[in-house]
Amino acid sequence: MLFLPELTILGAALLFFLLTLGQPSEKTIKTCAVTAAAVILFATVLCLNEGGDLFYGAYRVDLFSQVFKVLIAAATLVVFLFGNGLSGIKQDSRPEYYLFLLVSNLGLVMLVSSIDLLAIFIALELSSFAVYIMVPMRTTSTGIFFQMEAGIKYLLFGVMATGFMLFGMSYIFGLTGTTSLDGIAQQLPILANRPAAVVAMLMILAGFFYKLAIFPFHFWVPDVYEGAANETTAFIAAVPKMAAVALLIRLTSLASHQGEMVLNLLMVCSIASMFYGNLSALVQKDLKRMLGFSGIAHAGFILLGLLTFKLSGYASSLYYIIGYALMNLACFLVICQVAAKGENLGISDLSGLHKRAPILALTLTVALFSLAGIPPFVGFTGKFMLLVGALREDHLLLVTLAAINTAIAIYYYLSVVRMTFCSDSNGLGNVQTGFLTNSLSLILVTVIIVMGVAPSWFVGMAETAIKTIH
Amino acid sequence: MDQLLLNQGFPLLSTLIFLPLAGSLLLFVVRDPHFARYWTLAVTSLVALLSLWLLPGFDRDTAAFQFAEYHRWIEPLNIAYVIGVDGISILLILLTTLIMPFCVLASWTYIKDRVPAFMICMLIMETAMIGVFVALDFVLFYILWEAMLIPMYFLIGIWGGPRKIYASVKFFLYTLAGSILLLVAIIWLYTANGYSFFIPDMMWKGYPFTAQILLFIAFFLAFAIKVPMFPFHTWLPAAHVEAPTAGSVILASILLKMGTYGFLRFALPITPDATTTLMPYVLWLSIAGIIYGGLTALAQQDMKKLIAYSSVGHMGFVTLGIFVLNIDGIEGAILQMINHGITTGALFLCVGMIYERTHSRELSSATGIGQYMPVFVTLIGFFSLSSMAFPGTNSFVGEFMILAGTFRHDVPLALAAIPGAVLAAAYMLRMLQKIVWGGTNNPDQSWLTDLNSREIITLAPFLFFVFWIGLGPQPFLAMMHSSVVNLLDQFHVYQQAITAAGMY
Repeated sequence: MLFLPELTILGAALLFFLLTLGQPSEKTIKTCAVTAAAVILFATVLCLNEGGDLFYGAYRVDLFSQVFKVLIAAATLVVFLFGNGLSGIKQDSRPEYYLFLLVSNLGLVMLVSSIDLLAIFIALELSSFAVYIMVPMRTTSTGIFFQMEAGIKYLLFGVMATGFMLFGMSYIFGLTGTTSLDGIAQQLPILANRPAAVVAMLMILAGFFYKLAIFPFHFWVPDVYEGAANETTAFIAAVPKMAAVALLIRLTSLASHQGEMVLNLLMVCSIASMFYGNLSALVQKDLKRMLGFSGIAHAGFILLGLLTFKLSGYASSLYYIIGYALMNLACFLVICQVAAKGENLGISDLSGLHKRAPILALTLTVALFSLAGIPPFVGFTGKFMLLVGALREDHLLLVTLAAINTAIAIYYYLSVVRMTFCSDSNGLGNVQTGFLTNSLSLILVTVIIVMGVAPSWFVGMAETAIKTIH
Repeated sequence: MDQLLLNQGFPLLSTLIFLPLAGSLLLFVVRDPHFARYWTLAVTSLVALLSLWLLPGFDRDTAAFQFAEYHRWIEPLNIAYVIGVDGISILLILLTTLIMPFCVLASWTYIKDRVPAFMICMLIMETAMIGVFVALDFVLFYILWEAMLIPMYFLIGIWGGPRKIYASVKFFLYTLAGSILLLVAIIWLYTANGYSFFIPDMMWKGYPFTAQILLFIAFFLAFAIKVPMFPFHTWLPAAHVEAPTAGSVILASILLKMGTYGFLRFALPITPDATTTLMPYVLWLSIAGIIYGGLTALAQQDMKKLIAYSSVGHMGFVTLGIFVLNIDGIEGAILQMINHGITTGALFLCVGMIYERTHSRELSSATGIGQYMPVFVTLIGFFSLSSMAFPGTNSFVGEFMILAGTFRHDVPLALAAIPGAVLAAAYMLRMLQKIVWGGTNNPDQSWLTDLNSREIITLAPFLFFVFWIGLGPQPFLAMMHSSVVNLLDQFHVYQQAITAAGMY
């Protein structure tokens, strides 16, 4: 039972492997995908209260990991439910696509439970390699030819980040003599301020900064977001980031004893990410690219919570990444639906959306205002909690700069909302939306509002989950 | 918690806040414009009638927050849902609730497409506006303060005039940028007050002087942009001109008051030392606003822009009254807030009625309509008199009290403010003369129809209040008296305590 979610995902992946051997119809693939994702979600919820160690102490199942597994499964289910079918992927390759997505899911789910350095490495690579293959898997029928370039960039940057991480892990092994996170947690405070230990921790963090898209490990973001298919980008934008935050919470609580050096670096990365992301997003014309840069800025915000080294800060970061994943999924739901042939959407392609698809326009507006940090949505409450946490630790300058960034960001979110609501359709056609898409949009909007207005339950759950790893 | 008089029985304030929001939910699924109009009129009228219920139960002799409600909200951060009304806010709440039905009436034929969406924006705005005036938890206040931006952005950006995109984006960005540092200030106050956001507990604490100055600057940026004070006023003409009539009325009558309310409720009690230190600068900035607003209004050819700049001038008088820190000044300022809401709201409604007929806001196309629209020019005549603070009208009482307070504080300051009153007369009379009589080469206005009954019903209550407050302001002043006296008493006590502690 401890391993049930992982086995379920593995089973689903094998199911899709079998499907790739045949010639299944469109409908079969979609039904299998949605059913598989629903079963996986059910399995993760069932195992929410499990606890125990597996694989000789390399793998720990506790509330922290199980909560993340539920979130990852839920996000994957939402991605599978996107209404348009995989219009950006070649018809023949769709079973393979789902196979790789589920394998990546398996990797991410194993990642949040790994407490041994090697286990972390294996899980990270499992999830990453599957996505490296998914990125170039995009049809050229819409005239887009740079998915291969995007894939190469993602691969090269990813492998380099993993290289950094492995190097750091080797130093830590050399210093502490163990690869288990528990053992390292006992020994690291003693050697905390040795330069070798500091460098090692920072290099390990680098591997996860890459996944979360923190400056200066963000360079892959705009090209991959723009080059990959819309559904792939939706997955990359929401799911691996959650796993990256989980691991970062584990690792920064280890690094908390290393004092000023690590704190200063985290602060610099946070500020640089926020400014770089927001300023670059101001000039974007492609919608996915803009969302990519905004993701870099939001990652900077999440670092604000992590660098407090306190339980409340970690809980705020966790709350924020859940909200962020929801907001992003809502945006990508609209993008996938409006881009009927799987093409890239410019911001001007959204004009008059309020007439063409009112519910999608509402969803996109709520999601964008939430990303901008306007009350009463989850984006505001999350940002607010992160700022409170940071100011409690007396980082006044950091908080002021973060607040200024909110003001910068609003401009580009507002441009998209303006296109959606205030302009005419300029001859663009109506957008088909089925019952499923509409209900999913409304559910996402409701959750964004509810999480924003009544965050106590979510933050309480986050705190309970994080307490179990200390 | 002893600053609150907790509400027993029916939660009147919460109902006032959330009833418009509840009413707007139905409109999300409605497509019929007629139903949307009648439904919104019904909801806003109901809210207005309910708000009148506040009057009998309001105790004029106490400065505590009445009808107060306290509920735990976000436990991890100690954010509570605390609301309450005192003498300063009750008149503003009544202004908000009573103006809204007339805004809906004014939009009856003005808004032709996407009517349900328009009404949704209006109702959500009403929720946010009432909430801002009664919020006693800083996060609740901030949430409602920012929440106003979205519906106002849509009101201007969708149903606005030719430059609506420019105006709506400028409004949104300017106001948001100003409020951002307010957020940092709020969080700082939270950490300095034992991790609580409860506003009455934050008042009259002797924070370190540097901290007070920085807090005051943060408050000042947010509120001065909203008021708007010179030189942060540049968003106002654009927003007012491009907004639809109801949007302009809400903006002028209610949104501008939130800035001055913020100064009175937050800047003065929370940072009293900074207020006394920076007072001269704010006062002279107010004078600059009065003179600048008056001079620019004198040069306008666009009627709405003229009234917009007159708002800058009038609000300059209000901030002047607040920062002289005596009883006449502050009471005059609060009364003038209400007066400005009534008068300028009515003037925008009048200009909207001309616009519906001639489809132009230019003064040159509205000259000489007195011959053909006698009822209309009578009404606009009275409102213009009120705007220039003619004795007998409401603005005279307010402006007189403000000037009396200013004279008591500093004579040169008051002398500098007098030309503002003269300028107000100049630009209003210029506009009035052109509209009513014009010159020798007026355009042919014989095709104009005078006001219909709906329009008369919309304007009549404003006229009623112009004369009631003008000739018998005592009831209104009585409502705010205890709270203002308490504010000033606390201020003097605080100053004495600081001097005794030798901090000066």
